Amino acid sequence: MSSQVYLDHAATTFLRPEAQEVWLETASQVGNPSSLHRAGRLARRVVEEAREQIAAALHVRPSEVVFTAGGTEADNLAIKGAAWASPERRTIVCSPIEHHAVLDPVEWLVEREGRRVQYPRVDTIGRVDIDSVMELLDNDVALCTVMWANNEIGTVQPIAEIADACRSAGIPFHTDAVQAVGMIPVDAALPGLTSLAVSGHKIGAPVGVGALIVDRDARLEPLLHGGGQERDLRSGTIDAAGIAALGVAMEHAIRDQVELAARLTVLRVNLVERVLSRISGTRLQGDAGVKPSERLPGNAAITFDDCEGDALLMLLDAAGIACSTGSACTSGVPEPSHVLLAMGVDAMTARGTLRFSLGRDSTQADVDALLEVLPEVVDRARRAGRPRIASST
Amino acid sequence: MRVLAALSGGVDSAVAAARIQDDGHEVVGVHLALARADHVSGSRGCCSADDARDARRVADTLDIPFYVWDMHEEFTESVMQNFIAEYQAGHTPNPCLRCNESIKFSAVLDRALGLGFDAVCTGHYARLIDTATGRQLHRAVDPAKDQSYVLGVLQADQLAYSMFPLGGSIKDDVRTEAEQRGLLVASKPDSHDICFIPDGDTTGWLRERLGEQPGDIVDAESGERLGSHQGTYGFTIGQRRGLALTTPAAEGERRYVVDVDVATSTVFVGSAELLGIRVIDAIEPRWTEVPIEGSWEGSVQVRAHGDALPATVTVAATASGIALRIELHEALRGVAPGQAAVLYDGTRVVGSGTIHSTTP
Repeated sequence: MSSQVYLDHAATTFLRPEAQEVWLETASQVGNPSSLHRAGRLARRVVEEAREQIAAALHVRPSEVVFTAGGTEADNLAIKGAAWASPERRTIVCSPIEHHAVLDPVEWLVEREGRRVQYPRVDTIGRVDIDSVMELLDNDVALCTVMWANNEIGTVQPIAEIADACRSAGIPFHTDAVQAVGMIPVDAALPGLTSLAVSGHKIGAPVGVGALIVDRDARLEPLLHGGGQERDLRSGTIDAAGIAALGVAMEHAIRDQVELAARLTVLRVNLVERVLSRISGTRLQGDAGVKPSERLPGNAAITFDDCEGDALLMLLDAAGIACSTGSACTSGVPEPSHVLLAMGVDAMTARGTLRFSLGRDSTQADVDALLEVLPEVVDRARRAGRPRIASST
Repeated sequence: MRVLAALSGGVDSAVAAARIQDDGHEVVGVHLALARADHVSGSRGCCSADDARDARRVADTLDIPFYVWDMHEEFTESVMQNFIAEYQAGHTPNPCLRCNESIKFSAVLDRALGLGFDAVCTGHYARLIDTATGRQLHRAVDPAKDQSYVLGVLQADQLAYSMFPLGGSIKDDVRTEAEQRGLLVASKPDSHDICFIPDGDTTGWLRERLGEQPGDIVDAESGERLGSHQGTYGFTIGQRRGLALTTPAAEGERRYVVDVDVATSTVFVGSAELLGIRVIDAIEPRWTEVPIEGSWEGSVQVRAHGDALPATVTVAATASGIALRIELHEALRGVAPGQAAVLYDGTRVVGSGTIHSTTP
């Protein structure tokens, strides 16, 4: 079989060599960053330097960086933490196109604590309607949460406007910036932004480390209780090695962001143009913008009429090409994307949609390789059968 | 060949896949998610998250690609709803046959062929023998595990693309082989229940969906009311247990369900003699190779785990289609409409029909 053409960078991307190096180096030293002796202090120093690197990259203060075990934990801490800190406010305003790391904790709060969730409208390219958000901000709202940019369709949200509206209403605002950091400019110091989630493995650090950037005065109940690390917000032995890697990865990601966005935009536009012109019955979902900072540079969700996304995935996998559909359930059954459904796309169309996401290592050769096999793959998938009509999702 | 190996997460399908891989075929493993039963933990039922994981680990061990195909909508429609409808009509369905007929060797097979596979492989115990005149389906060599009965609904165009590597093996040897191959499912117990009713409580499952439909239990001969029941779906012809009768039987007499009338919600009971039937009328015939015409001598099996009995089968056209009249050479007890009557010529499966009615 030919070597893999990897077009699923939004799922995870390659570990940066510099990040790997500092990770191994730090991991080979012994020392708990919370210990008072020399070994501990040396480990602590690595952590604090990384904290400063990350703070500088995101325009915030070091004390506003809380290390977690990844983006999902950061989102959970922000959402549950804010909700638990305001038990008297029962409503959460949450966009319907969030990643499950945001949607699910919100749904859990609704089911378990009898809270209420309000979803603002999104338009047909998946942009949250700011007026719809503002209509929902009242004094029963404990938190508003909207992602910086969507991983499937690439659409960037009006974060500055939403943050401003929340600030005026006195409501905390959280944004999941997991896909945006390193791809488009992200300013975590926006007025009105209470917290922002970052994931290490999306920017070339290892899986298992992330951060919640959070306002000094934000009130959050922690998820984890224990040794009181990270200002009592996140107990647990500090992962010096992971954090060191995150710091290096973040520095590189921010430094390279403009060039990367420009390069990936060219590749993505080329990919989309060729797929749409070469194969009939195809269309792009989400923002079709061609300027690097208008939407995520490397992500493209393309619908293929009259075929099942999972048949396409299987056939592409057999041809050595990796991409994805919306998401999969625990046992591995692909499910139609809730993002597309929220945009008003019907279930059948959603099931025939693939997500291609380019990353740091992507080249024109990857796009060429995709175009070489895709027409035949789509042809065969179409012959294998139309998607079944989903009765409920 | 490019072969799709259906992996249930059990030991049989695992060894089947391993064998065809050894034969040099390009194998891809697929687990069928048929029933949405993620809340069911443990390895007893089919299609729990544990089974999916076990299937995945088998694929890992064999180093083959692995996918999960969601067929729960087709399964619900073709198998589960048919199951309920049959019980509502007073019949005793066999969902495994329906599943083989419309899911495993139909929807799955069609999809596999469409995606470029040459065949579908399963862990069923049955043998396929290719002869000059065509492909034959035979019983497996292990009589305790023989599953040719549930494959009796398959027709030539389905068998043409099927592979059953385990037909020539004894189950115990298959387990040993699984261990030798390092397949962790070697020690996993076999599932015996209906895959979508993992706790085995069919009556309870039906009650949840059909509600309680009370009625009388009546003596088939005297008409005397003997007790009451909560739903005819809890009873099958030939059943002896579960009859909560207020009037006890005469000394030494056992009573059996001899008939069920859904319209009046009445269950009729009587002595074993009343169960004896000689003639079975079956509908919806399926032919494994070529259809029988006129009259034929062979044997028939009416239960998944039952003997094949000598019979004379006559094929006739009726107003509603082709029917099979099966005349048993000796009386048989406990034949339930809705079950399959599978016809055998020695070990060879000739075809099958769905039991419609019986005559003493």
